[in-house]
Amino acid sequence: MELGPYILLASLEGSVTAAVLALTAVGLSLVFGVMRVVNIAHGEFFMLGAVIAWFVAHSLGGNAALGFAAALIIAPLLVGALAIGADMTILKRLKYDPERTIVATIGLLYIIQQVTLMTYGPEARPVEAPFNTRLAIPWFEWGDDGFSLYWPWGLSTTSYKLAVIGAAITVLMGVWVLMTRTRIGLVMRATQADRDMALAFGIPVERVYAMVFGLGAALAAFSAVLIVPIQQAHYLMGADPLLLSFIVVIIGGLGSLPGTVLAAVLIGLSDGIISVFFSPTLAKILATLLVGLVLVFRPHGLFGVRNG
Amino acid sequence: MSDQAKIIALHGGLILLLFALQFVLPAYHHGNLARIMVLASYAIGYNILFGYTGLLSLGHALFFAAGMYGMALSIHHLEWAPAPALLAGLVAGILVSGTLALLALRTTGVAFMIVTLMFAQAGYLTVLYFGEYTRGDEGFVIQQAQRMLWGVDLSDPVNRYFAAWGLLTVCFLAALWLVRHPFGRTLIAIRENEERVRMLGYNTFAHKLTAMMISGTIAAAAGAFYGLLFGYAGASFATVQYSIFPLLWVLLGGAGTVLGPFIGTLFMFYLIDLSSGITTAYMLIAGVALVALTLFAPQGLVGELRRRFWGWLP
Repeated sequence: MELGPYILLASLEGSVTAAVLALTAVGLSLVFGVMRVVNIAHGEFFMLGAVIAWFVAHSLGGNAALGFAAALIIAPLLVGALAIGADMTILKRLKYDPERTIVATIGLLYIIQQVTLMTYGPEARPVEAPFNTRLAIPWFEWGDDGFSLYWPWGLSTTSYKLAVIGAAITVLMGVWVLMTRTRIGLVMRATQADRDMALAFGIPVERVYAMVFGLGAALAAFSAVLIVPIQQAHYLMGADPLLLSFIVVIIGGLGSLPGTVLAAVLIGLSDGIISVFFSPTLAKILATLLVGLVLVFRPHGLFGVRNG
Repeated sequence: MSDQAKIIALHGGLILLLFALQFVLPAYHHGNLARIMVLASYAIGYNILFGYTGLLSLGHALFFAAGMYGMALSIHHLEWAPAPALLAGLVAGILVSGTLALLALRTTGVAFMIVTLMFAQAGYLTVLYFGEYTRGDEGFVIQQAQRMLWGVDLSDPVNRYFAAWGLLTVCFLAALWLVRHPFGRTLIAIRENEERVRMLGYNTFAHKLTAMMISGTIAAAAGAFYGLLFGYAGASFATVQYSIFPLLWVLLGGAGTVLGPFIGTLFMFYLIDLSSGITTAYMLIAGVALVALTLFAPQGLVGELRRRFWGWLP
């Protein structure tokens, strides 16, 4: 068979990856942008979202759609609350010192991961998708009798995957509106621009920080709930989203939301297409080296703007 | 007693105590202590960069693994004797740390941490990628016959203990000498205020480069010895976890103290050893310790000791 249909399929799969990645990375980017905190535990918030989704769907039982819808609301709320708790008990006490918070979030990573291992166990568990219709993908060809459509064998996607893309776009628009059109967003941007000045104008900076940290974690959890019907929940599943989010945030320019989304689409799509041709390990090696080298030679990111 | 005499008595005393301990310890703790001494050497290497130069690396597993694989691959595939193989491990450490230092030292602070983390991760993935030679996660065993160093069988517990003790002694004394030498003093000055040191006319980049290479080479030596003494090399030693461990040990023992890395490794090793009897999730202890140390005791055990009682500790 020709290459075209495969590329189409790979870019569709890539769009799903990109959608979920964009959500996760925007969470990381928000936290870094506003708080100047590199949250190494971000991947574990993602993992917690998936695990909580399993617990919710499993304990509700019955209708798959109902359990999934409940998980979509409960998981981000719980994870967000946990993150706010971590912010108030740990990060605030460290006065958001960049280096010490990294060490603390590494500790947090192991705490969350290992507690999940002790309670949830080492198994990978699936969550049923609310709907999952198989959709065949058409492809065209120039035959003897001109242009025609046909359905190559085995080439298909599911309605759920398309819904994931839609949901991610909706939430991203929501975050965009929140940041640019609301008072809360204004306060967040003011804190990002100049912490001391914001404080002088009476903005409760610490409360803003707690909220941003919670929001960032909730976004990660939300995207994990979206992906869990495709990927299964496992206590080690946080490592890859963390790495990919890092790549996206660094390439997109630290703390810039449009850059982050753009980079997520770029990385997600190319990840889908590259993994058709290269071994996944080699792709990961190139990706990690890319992040390292970008940080060394272009510290403001490929699309980042130099500020301050 | 002068400070000089106190320093010599305390540090020399520890070395002698460790030497004497091997005649009295039961077999289990005897084996543990040999392991701790090699790992403590790794921590001493880490401490030179983190504790004395003030550069927090999240990628030291790369150097540890460079030493380990430099040694193990030349034994396994080239059938070298242990002595040149150890040397190969050291050379691998020097090359890798020098290269990473040239790249990573262009950045500072958080970027330095992320860059070292990313390159170490790339190193780990490279070990997996060349699984044909490295046997990936599974790793490979170095046979007893291949571990005869100048006719001494390093798989024998007593010889192993001596070798580990020898490595620790060399690293320990080297660190003690280094941090009291003008070069080491300059590193401490860089940690405290790099701008000012540069203004005084020092080439801070060259100092940091040298510090990172010394640190990486000691880590590589520890990795090479670890593989040789315990007869195994595997990709798990290149994971992020093995970059976090020395940070944890040094933080616990006390960053910027010569004794700290050993004390920290000793305590954390036994803490994890004891807790792994209760639960498989032993990394939980490491996580809790990391958070608690950053929150409540950023100075570490020996650091607190120095702050409260022994101001003369190097």
